[in-house]
This record gives sequence, structure tokens and C-alpha cells, in this order.
Amino acid sequence: MREVAVASEPNPLQRIPGVAMVLVLLIALFSVIAPGFLSVANLSNVLVQSTILTMLALPMTLIIMTEGLDLSMGAVLTLTSLCVAIVSLATKSMLLGLGAGLLVGTAFGVANGWLVAILGIPPFVATLGTLGMAQGLSLIVSDGQSVVGIPHSVRDIYSATLLGIPVPIVMALVTYAAFHGLLYHTRFGTYIFALGGNREALRYAGLSPNRLLIAVYAIGGAMAGIAGLLMTARMNSGHPTAGLGLEFDAIAAVAVGGTSFERGNGWLLGTLLGVLSVGVLRNGLNLISLPSSVQVASVGVLVIVALFLDGLRSRT
Amino acid sequence: MTDITKGAIAPPRSFLSQDAVQLFYRLLAAFLICAVLAVLSDSFLSLGNILNVLRQASLTFFIASGLTLVVLTAGLDLSVGANVALSACLAGTVIHKTGSPALGILTGLACGGIVGLLNGVMVTALRIPSFIATYGMLWVLNGLTYWYMAGETLHGFPAGFRQIGSGYLFGLPIPIYLLLVFLGIGTFFAQRTVWGQEIYAIGANPVAARLSGIPVARRLLLVYAVSGTMAGLASIIFLSRLNSAEADIGESLTLPAIAAVLIGGTSLFGGVGTVFGTFIGALILTLVLNGMNLLAVSANWQPLVTGVIVILAVWLDMKTRRRAQ
Repeated sequence: MREVAVASEPNPLQRIPGVAMVLVLLIALFSVIAPGFLSVANLSNVLVQSTILTMLALPMTLIIMTEGLDLSMGAVLTLTSLCVAIVSLATKSMLLGLGAGLLVGTAFGVANGWLVAILGIPPFVATLGTLGMAQGLSLIVSDGQSVVGIPHSVRDIYSATLLGIPVPIVMALVTYAAFHGLLYHTRFGTYIFALGGNREALRYAGLSPNRLLIAVYAIGGAMAGIAGLLMTARMNSGHPTAGLGLEFDAIAAVAVGGTSFERGNGWLLGTLLGVLSVGVLRNGLNLISLPSSVQVASVGVLVIVALFLDGLRSRT
Repeated sequence: MTDITKGAIAPPRSFLSQDAVQLFYRLLAAFLICAVLAVLSDSFLSLGNILNVLRQASLTFFIASGLTLVVLTAGLDLSVGANVALSACLAGTVIHKTGSPALGILTGLACGGIVGLLNGVMVTALRIPSFIATYGMLWVLNGLTYWYMAGETLHGFPAGFRQIGSGYLFGLPIPIYLLLVFLGIGTFFAQRTVWGQEIYAIGANPVAARLSGIPVARRLLLVYAVSGTMAGLASIIFLSRLNSAEADIGESLTLPAIAAVLIGGTSLFGGVGTVFGTFIGALILTLVLNGMNLLAVSANWQPLVTGVIVILAVWLDMKTRRRAQ
């Protein structure tokens, strides 16, 4: 679908995806103004730090393609990260911790899908409600304190390497491959395109759009569970505010990546480039020693600009 | 087929309008919560606690009243909490630098209003969906506030200024008077002025509103600016009541404000709801949180309960409307 739309546009500049230009511009900018940005160590740092965001932004792409939104992802990630920390601390088992995170994350995802699909509550309000619930549960299970002393088996995931590549990057690449296969090469992926573009057609084809929607949100929750493991490993602890606001970076990556909020067409590679754009932006601003508050604000500006451009493109 | 015939039959005329019935249920709910709390806790019915509930509800109401207008147009303003934080920090700085509360109040209101106006521009001129535009604004404001404050806390304001949030007049806290004033203004504006009615029309059917000559973009700008200005007002009252300003004061304000609007019966789909309903919504939410407090439930439970209430409120609203149609 996408190729057809791009090919019919007359302006040659529009054939280059906007997100690629954004990424190149950001890299060019920071290689000039930020000393040390282009070093191998720093660039691999950007990649490793982008892995958690990749795991949220990919399912967020699917959710936004269904004309939905998941504002609860950051709060759910926080909660699953705490679950990983608490369970792995109690059982000394990384796998049980991951299992707990997956379970809680998927439960929240199913709940989101149920509220949106079955009860028909607008996604941004439904997931705002579950955001509050996940945030509240995080405070309750942790009593507002950090969970420290988690086993080495959890921490090592973040620092270990596989064939010389850091494990988080391997996990992110596997995730990307899985999402790519799911969206472009399975029937389920085709249905996701239809969920945003033509829900009636699904119904006429004898499929249940509601069940598909719940599945899409459940995938988002499950991915928040896996990302929770990485978050706990990265911080070497569980913290009740660790992932708050990460859903915004994910939405930013999706928006910058060219997935439309209104027309049900998504682009996974664009999201990946969007994740890297957000990662480069934050890293570069960090290198020129601007505080994280400014980074947050600039990601906000990036989203608004991306959406504005998206709106312009849809009008022409 | 059945849907068409259902729509064609005129709804049965009743003595009370749909809105009045809805409002009655909400008042009933508020009374029931009061009754339960009075039984469960000895201190609930004390004058001090009742005034405390009203003062607390007034803070939520100030933010939620402007938000009500936004939701009436089928929009949403997720930036109100962050707006309160930035406005409070700027107003506090101005008071500290100049020593003049009046300039500080002006700064807070202006900051809130400008942020609201920017939201309006994003929604109307840039045509970004309101929940995304204001969500982006939330993080921009958060970033600005944290950067500006750099971990500092402003505290200690002139005694005269502190009267606004913590003073008393004839035995009642001053915010309660402000609450009554803005409840009156809001209700009058929404129900009795042409602009107010146009806002309802835009929410009910934006295309019809445009075709019948309503300047939709200008009314939307106004609505978002009002929502921002009310957040600015709330920031002044917060500042004067807490006697301090920190970058994180807005983080727990947005969800309760949205909850108050939705509990109050304003429909997320636009065109239905009242400012008075939002006041009742703010009251119900505050009663629940106050009750939890009196029953010694940890404050950690508040976001969870507020989240559940938001979802319940939307679901009940959709259910009753579906049945009514």
C-alpha cells in the first residue's frame, strides 16, 4: 500500500522518508556540535540505550495503526520492572522474574484491549485510566521504595554479549524481525492493517475485530513485560517511577517514523528509525550537557513537528 | 432496520430532562458517599473536615471547569497539570523577584493562558488531534519546568498573598468563595451566552456547526485558552496554599481533573455536560479520596482508585446514553 502512495506523489523530495532525513540531520548536527558523539563507544551506547524504547515503540506502532493509543505503556513497564525485581529477588530466578513481568504486562494489555474493544471506551482515556492503575500498583507493591539486591542473573542480561554484540541489541533485533514477520508476512498482520483502515471489511470476512484489537493491545502489554526485564537489568534495581513517561518517547518514535494517527497505515522500519532519532537526540543533548528536562521538552517539540508534517502531507 | 425505527420514534416526554435526571443521580451518589463516610469515620462530619473537602474540591474544580469546556467540544487537554506546575513556578519567581503578588498573579494567569492558546493553535491551525497535541505539550512543559527550577524549591511568600489559598472570610476558606464565583461564571457562560451554546454545537456536530456559520476555529482557540487560564488560576491558589513551588506539583493533578469532568457527566464525545456537573464530579472524587485518607488508607492507593474511577465514569456514561437513545 505504502509504495503505491509514495510512487504517486510528484515531488521527488517526498520519496525520501521524512524520518531518514530527520535522523541524518540529527546525526550531522551532533557530530559537529557534540564532541565524542561519533566515537564507536558512544554510538554503541546509543544503540544499547535504544533497546528498551524499541520494544515499546514496535507494539505501539501496531496499536496506533488500529487508530488506538496506549498511554499506559510506561507505567506498565514500571510495574513489570518492579515485578521482575521482586520475584527474581524472592526466587533467585531470572526466568520466574521474566514470567511474572510477562504475566502482569499481558494482563494489563488484555485489560486495555477489553476496555477499548468490548466497552468501546476511547483508547486515550481507557489507557489513561490504566496508567493511573499501573502507577498506583507500582507504588503499592514497592511501598514507594526502590527494590535492590536483585540477582546477578538479571543484571548480567544488560551487560552480556552474544558473538560480540550486546544482548539487549540482539533482543531488540529479534523483536524487530518478529514484528516485521508478523505485520508483513502473516494473515494477522494483514488484519491489523484492516483494523485501522477498514474494520467493516473484517466483519464481512467473518472475523472478530474485537478479538484482534485485544490481541494487539495484549502484545503491547507483553512487550512491556519483556522491556521490564531489561529495565530492571539496566538499573540493577526496581524503582516505582523508573519507566514513567517512556510511552511518550515510544509515541514520539512512532509519530516521527511516519505512522499515521488517522489512516491505519504503519511502517515498522520508520518506527525503528524514529527510535534511533529519539535516542540520538537525547544522547546528543546529553553530550552537550543539557539536562534531561530539556531532552524531554525537545522530544515533545519533535513530536509536534512530526505530526504537523504528517498533517500537511495528508492534505496535499 | 431496527436502529432506524428506534431513531424515528420521538423519546417519551418526561417532566425532568435527561440532564437533570443524570445530575440527580450524581448528587445522590455524593450523599451516599457522605452517609457511608459519616458512619465509618467519626471525624468526617466535623466542620474542619467538611471545609477541608470543599477547599480540596475547589482546587480540582478550577482545573476541571476549564477542561469541561474543552471536553464539551469533544477535545481533551492533558497538559493542565503540567501547566499548573509551570505557571506556579513562574508566578512564584516573579513574586520573589519583584515582591509584588499582583504581578505574580498576572504572570501565572498569563502563562496558563498562553500555554492554552498554543494548545488551541496546535488543534485548530496545525490540525493535530487534541489528545496528542496536549500530550506533547505536557512533556514540553514538564521539561521546561524542571529545567527552569533545576531542583530548587521556592518558598515563603507574602502573608497577603497567602490569604488567597489559606485565608478565611466569615469563617469560610477563601477558595470556597472563588469556587462559587467561577461556578457561577462558568454556568452562565456555558448555558446562557451565545458563545457557550456555540461550544455545545461544535461538540455535538462540528460540521453542522461550521455550516451554520459558527467560527469553529476561533471558539476552539477560546476554549483551550480558557482551560489554560483556569490552570493558571489554580496555580496561584496552589502556590498561595502550599506557600511553596516545586517542579513536580502538577504531576498528580491531571488525572483527578479529567476524572472530575467525566464523573460530572460531561461526555467525551462532546456536546453533553455542564460545569455544575463537573463541580459535583470534583466533590465526589474529593469525598472518595478524603474518605480513604480518614480511613488511614495509604496515599499510594490514590492513583489506582482515580484510574478505576475514570474508567468507571466513562463506561457508566456510555451505558446510560446508549440506553437513553
